[in-house]
Amino acid sequence: MDMDYRQDFPLIASERTIYIDNAATAQRPQCVIDAEMDFYMNHNANPLRGTYPLSIEATDVYENARKTVKNFINADSLAEVIFTRNTSESINLVAYSYGLSKIEEGDEVVVSIMEHHSNMLPWQMAARQKKAVLKYLYCEKDGSLDMNKVESLITDKTKLVAITQVSNVLGRVNDVKTIAEIAHKRGAVIVVDGAQSIPHMPVDVKELDVDFFAFSGHKLYGPMGIGVLYGKKELLEEMPPFLTGGEMIDSVTIDGAVYAELPHKFEAGTVNAAGAAGLDAAIRYVQSVGYDYMRERELAVTDRAVKGLLDIPHVHVIGSEKADEHTGIVTFTVDDVHPHDVSEVLISDGVSVRAGHHCAQPLLSYLGVNATTRASFMFYNTEKEVDAFLASVKTVRERLGYHE
Amino acid sequence: MSSNIYNEILTEHNIRPEFKYDMEDADIVLEGVNPSCGDNIWLKLKLDGDVIADGSFIGTGCAISQASADIMLGMIIGKKKDEALQMAELFMKMIKGEATDEEIDSLEEASALKDIAHMPARVKCAVLGWRTLKEAIDNSL
Repeated sequence: MDMDYRQDFPLIASERTIYIDNAATAQRPQCVIDAEMDFYMNHNANPLRGTYPLSIEATDVYENARKTVKNFINADSLAEVIFTRNTSESINLVAYSYGLSKIEEGDEVVVSIMEHHSNMLPWQMAARQKKAVLKYLYCEKDGSLDMNKVESLITDKTKLVAITQVSNVLGRVNDVKTIAEIAHKRGAVIVVDGAQSIPHMPVDVKELDVDFFAFSGHKLYGPMGIGVLYGKKELLEEMPPFLTGGEMIDSVTIDGAVYAELPHKFEAGTVNAAGAAGLDAAIRYVQSVGYDYMRERELAVTDRAVKGLLDIPHVHVIGSEKADEHTGIVTFTVDDVHPHDVSEVLISDGVSVRAGHHCAQPLLSYLGVNATTRASFMFYNTEKEVDAFLASVKTVRERLGYHE
Repeated sequence: MSSNIYNEILTEHNIRPEFKYDMEDADIVLEGVNPSCGDNIWLKLKLDGDVIADGSFIGTGCAISQASADIMLGMIIGKKKDEALQMAELFMKMIKGEATDEEIDSLEEASALKDIAHMPARVKCAVLGWRTLKEAIDNSL
């Protein structure tokens, strides 16, 4: 690979660890770190309110980031791009604002079983509060979705469908475009969790025709604490504010307020302008490397990892056996060995992986596993790193005292 | 950062535990949960006055939590409740890295877990059994 890209990431370049927990958070390139620092060093003021030059500059940095996001996901207008803290906050915004105002008693909410808790718990909350019926869409054991099942589960009573574009455990891509079509045919809206998809593939919200799309900056090489909610303008306009307070009003009296126009209506309080600047830089970085190159690299290392794991006795890969159906995410189990012991062995060999339920407990119990170990790759990971990971996995059972 | 934690004592107790079975006529039954991973054990004790006459555990968990619970039971069965509590205290001290070499030696097989002191992420696994034991005895006093 073009090793130069590794040099863009200080923590990767330091070779401190083999970092393959990218689905939890990516590493940041220097340009993102610089952009965030540049905001505080050179443009820091409270954006959107002050009339002096520094505040206008801060506003420009923040609003330019919104333009970058809008073009990146091909939204129709800047009003459709709302900055949040992360995917969880984006989805909670939709659940509290759209969910609690539009869902009524007896309505149905369809949620897939493979959701991260952040796209499941908000809908459990909304359904409980509004006495709506929560229906789960179950995937096949290999993680794929049967579109006939989708078609029959979504009915005229369905108000909302919540689904992830890529599962953080299985790595499989869901055809959200077709699911959106089915939902719309029934008069429902679709909320898509894009946290694991947008770091790996171009997303065009218009082409997908989704109503809401949420993602986090930090999984896309950007800073922590900045996320995005895309929503169709006509829906956002009808929705009540999620949080109220500073910077989201036009005028306030002791009796009430006239709320600000979109997108500011949904951005109460002082915003994370430095984070937005960092996200702006991250998106530009992704565009400069290019998804084609990133996907090619990710597929190469994922393929090596999946094939390598399948070759090790007593090791089982969760989901598909094909690397191109994993989006860089490879979750696995080792017979008789608890995932925390698997990860402990890997850690002692300098490999940083994740063990546990990955915030997707219902999916894991549906798949019949308690906990798993997950390796997740980005384009900066190398074949050499995969080989070191595999070599370590091979020793796990022996080091735990299982002599074949 | 050490994988030496998986020494022979620990792996043996994990793979072939002596006290991992269900005990139907236990006097004390208490569940202990490791909140960081959801692993749990059920500790079961049989008492003869002040003495822990017998004990067992069931549950699921990593090698560290399972082996630690098994080693613990081997040490406390036949001991008085307050002696078991003292051992628990000593074990916690070792895990915090505050025990002297002499104290560590007195913990016999449980000293196989002393390196956990350098593995903060795994402390909760190692103390799960001991913490549950302490709670069970405290409740019974």
